[in-house]
Amino acid sequence: MRRARASRQSAGNGNTRTPADPSAGEEWDKHLAGLRRLAGADVKETTVASPLDQFTIKPIVPLSLGKLDISFTNSALMMGIAVALIAGVLVFSVRSRDLVPGRLQSVAELGYEFIAGMVRENVGDEGRKYFPFIFSVFSFVLMGNLLGMLPGAFTFTSHIAVTFAMALTIFVGITLIGLTRHGTHFFSLFFPHGAPIAAAPILIPIEVISYLSRPISLSVRLFANMTVGHIILKIFAGFVVTLGSVQFFILPGILPFGMLIGLTALEFFVAFLQAYIFTILSCIYLNDAIHLH
Amino acid sequence: MDASAAKLIGMGLAAIGMIGAGIGVGSVWASLIQAVGRNPAAKDSVQTFAYIGFAVTEFIALLAFVVAILVYVS
Repeated sequence: MRRARASRQSAGNGNTRTPADPSAGEEWDKHLAGLRRLAGADVKETTVASPLDQFTIKPIVPLSLGKLDISFTNSALMMGIAVALIAGVLVFSVRSRDLVPGRLQSVAELGYEFIAGMVRENVGDEGRKYFPFIFSVFSFVLMGNLLGMLPGAFTFTSHIAVTFAMALTIFVGITLIGLTRHGTHFFSLFFPHGAPIAAAPILIPIEVISYLSRPISLSVRLFANMTVGHIILKIFAGFVVTLGSVQFFILPGILPFGMLIGLTALEFFVAFLQAYIFTILSCIYLNDAIHLH
Repeated sequence: MDASAAKLIGMGLAAIGMIGAGIGVGSVWASLIQAVGRNPAAKDSVQTFAYIGFAVTEFIALLAFVVAILVYVS
């Protein structure tokens, strides 16, 4: 009971206790030692952090409300930085209100146009009043993904608690929009047009399940992409150290290092792509709720 | 069998799920190339669908990875 309450609270805050298991670090050390033996060379002892260490949530200002842990964590700090950066850049860049935009203003206008075009194409004119929300979601996710690419930074989008809270908010909000616009007619969303009425007992459960799984797939896609990308980066960084510390020959370390540079570039692309996918799927769901097929 | 050995085998088995995702992602990009090759003017509109299709298909591979990690951590 206490556990359930604590986890609900932490989901609301976007903070989680990671399930980090202390033995995972030891396992990793053993694994690394095995790799060194495999290399067969005389290697210096090196310490490489476990690739899962980067996802640990550390409290910066420990706070508690009764039995609830509401500490200000590194995750919350990064979220605050992301929001401050977005707000700062947008406010600062359009302050001069030039007709011919400068560099920073161009960036702000490009982002605005990009999302405005996405909403216009996917939702239509009715979607215009939801544009501020969609734009906020996009910039928050994008900034979270990009900030996570800074060395040593914490990626808050790599936690299911954060992404699922966002996806659930979007899902509940869109369902409410659909219900208020169409009333009970909204439930015709669960029965495809033109299907024979006899197929209803099979089709309706399938459609309902696929509708209810939307927040899960939306959140797991973002969280898994960011987690996997960062784990791969750290694993390759580990290879650089392990192979580079072979005493007689430093060249092997260069190969995974080149790979690492390529992967970092790919990860920047993925950071943008996932923010885009998250937003465009929200738009498509919104379109479903507004236009009902 | 040793429990840790079974764990490693389980991780490997979970990774098999990525085969399907590999085929799927390849097919998504192949279709995009074909479509753009036949009608270069449609590039912008087709590209959007390709990225959505890519993300949805890639999700399957990520699920396989998450299962593998869960097997490893638990």
